[in-house]
Amino acid sequence: MRAIETSENMPENSEGRGQLSMSKRLFPVLTVVSLFLFVTAPIIIVRAPYESTMGLVQKIFYFHFPSWMAMFLAIFILGVASGIYLFRRTPAADRLAVAAAELAVIFGLMGLITGPLWGVKAWGVWWQWDARLTMAVILELILVAYLLLRQYGGAGSERLAAGLGIFAMANVPFLYVSTEMWRTVHPRTSVVPTLPVEFGIPLWWSFAGFIVLCLALLSVRSRLEEQRATLERLYLALEEE
Amino acid sequence: MRSSHVPHPDTADFEQVTVSDVSRVYGRRRALAHVSLTCSAGQIIGLLGPNGAGKSTLLGLLSTLIEPSTGEVRYGDRTAREAGAALRAQVGFLSHDLQLYPELSARENLEFFAGMYSLDRPAERVGEALTSAGLADRADDVVEGFSRGMRQRLALERALLHSPRLVLFDEPFTGLDEAACVALVMRLRALRTARRIIVLATHDLDVVDGLLDHAIILRRGRIRELGDGRSLRERYRAAIVDRGGGRRPAGPDGGGVTVARPVKAAEEHTA
Amino acid sequence: MSGFLKVAWLVLRKDLRVESRNREMLFTTLFFAVSCVLVFSFGFVRGGQAVEGAASGILWITIAFSGTLALGRAFERERNHDALRGLLLAPVDRPAIYLGKLLGILLLLAVVEAVVVVLVAFLFRAPLFQYVWRLLTLLTLGTIGFASVGTLFSAMLVRTTNRAVLLPVLLYPVTIPVLIMGVSGTAALLQPEPDLAMARLWIGLLFSFDAVFLTLAFWTFEPVMTE
Repeated sequence: MRAIETSENMPENSEGRGQLSMSKRLFPVLTVVSLFLFVTAPIIIVRAPYESTMGLVQKIFYFHFPSWMAMFLAIFILGVASGIYLFRRTPAADRLAVAAAELAVIFGLMGLITGPLWGVKAWGVWWQWDARLTMAVILELILVAYLLLRQYGGAGSERLAAGLGIFAMANVPFLYVSTEMWRTVHPRTSVVPTLPVEFGIPLWWSFAGFIVLCLALLSVRSRLEEQRATLERLYLALEEE
Repeated sequence: MRSSHVPHPDTADFEQVTVSDVSRVYGRRRALAHVSLTCSAGQIIGLLGPNGAGKSTLLGLLSTLIEPSTGEVRYGDRTAREAGAALRAQVGFLSHDLQLYPELSARENLEFFAGMYSLDRPAERVGEALTSAGLADRADDVVEGFSRGMRQRLALERALLHSPRLVLFDEPFTGLDEAACVALVMRLRALRTARRIIVLATHDLDVVDGLLDHAIILRRGRIRELGDGRSLRERYRAAIVDRGGGRRPAGPDGGGVTVARPVKAAEEHTA
Repeated sequence: MSGFLKVAWLVLRKDLRVESRNREMLFTTLFFAVSCVLVFSFGFVRGGQAVEGAASGILWITIAFSGTLALGRAFERERNHDALRGLLLAPVDRPAIYLGKLLGILLLLAVVEAVVVVLVAFLFRAPLFQYVWRLLTLLTLGTIGFASVGTLFSAMLVRTTNRAVLLPVLLYPVTIPVLIMGVSGTAALLQPEPDLAMARLWIGLLFSFDAVFLTLAFWTFEPVMTE
């Protein structure tokens, strides 16, 4: 019986091990880089010039914008990984998708918290039906729905969640355009690339920090999911004894 | 007899189904573990075992609707994924819920599936099927008003309408009276003569005793050897009662159930 | 291709026949839609006068709500006697089954919308018939967008035990763009000075939403339905 057991687990294990060692090597590198970026970011942000109209509050922008970008990156990864899982049945793609969805929720929340903080100064109210904020809220809803489906969908819900993951990614451009046309009081996005250099450097610095952090968390989270799968396998093997 | 029917040209016919080392896992629950078996044309194979032993999962796997977590099922020399729709044309499945639309008449039910299977001479074949179900005079009544036995007969004809090579039955004898059981057994024998591959999951050991070419006993998703004894029931009981005297450790899912209980469950069903 | 359309037609005809026998979905969905409009009126009528611009919102939310109800029922029917297994086992292109189910839902919703539009126009004195063709286009495209996503989700949730709760939980967030586009497009037609250019813009957006999500639904139906 034991012989059969090991022969069954071999292919999955060897595939898993390859994955494991890759993310194992990747994680410390990414963590160190993002730590460096995050530790140095405040210094660079403080040195950046004081924006005249918004004052100190403007500096929220250095966190606000990058957290959105990290969320979009996570949604993109969620969509692509979902597609791969749905059509190739690669278990690793599914683990990446869960990790990406959870991270997208977290970075989205950061954006949703920093947004109104900025808004209360800029617009005088906490909540404004501004296009970007509205879009972020809807995306957040879709992502939470994804997690709810995984949580309460029962056995086999990974497959269904993968379908939803693709739909979530495909929805981004439509949400962007429709909320944009529906309502706009947000500072134009086009200001970002044309920002004066003194503002630009800290912005892109924190941008890099968030993206690397996102990738680091992604690798550690999908590794956790993978170890959970291994544990499941071991548990089943034990039960069979 | 419809057995003379020439298979549709674009169907993937096969003479043998080979299940090799198949497991199916749902999260932490293992529905099937390392199941291997071969079913050949002209055989009736019985899947026996207590409730929740994995019989329905195995039928689902054979029907191509469930994919194995590991291992593979081959139909002839192809897998379900390679052959796709052409292979499904060779599978007939009579599940416990009968896959009929109660709002439609017997004829409409059969006509719908005849259309879905793109059968040639559909009207003729639907007529034949209604006759062999003994429902020719009630063909245009809605299924809602049928008795369980009548529905069962109709569902059987529906599953066989396209003369599939592989015929799967999930508890076909439940709800049938003595006469209907005998008729079904005769039907199964005729299918065997017509070189079909027949797999049936059942609790009715006495009915299928002497009918099966192979009996496969599943317990907790694993195949067990048939025990010794004269009747199928005795051999089943010998197999299902743990010869090791219940040394199985208690798992967190209540894995330490006493060994007698599954047999009792099987008996309740037969009664 | 003809085989594909034939299968879709078979599934649609089967659904229409079942519905013509008991009319359950039609009557329950219609009743629900009408009560929905009435419930909204108590929320949006102040001093005998409807809040300005409420009509387009009420119209679309009613469509979304009653659509969800119909979608849930449509697949409950397939699940009831394990009939879905029979459909999936048939040697057909599975997306054709999806198309057949989608067309059935669309027909049902078309009937419901005909009633709801008249009711909203009557109760809220909304000039809905001023630009009949534009409104019809908006409704058609919006309903296709909503139902194409909804039919896929409803089909894939058949296997789960919590489907009654999960369907709206998944469907509403994903179809919010349709709601925004439909409501804004209709509002552009209903405002005192109708903005036809704006309405055309929203129609175009709805069209592209439909194109993308229909394609995606056809593409993902097969892998999502295998266990």
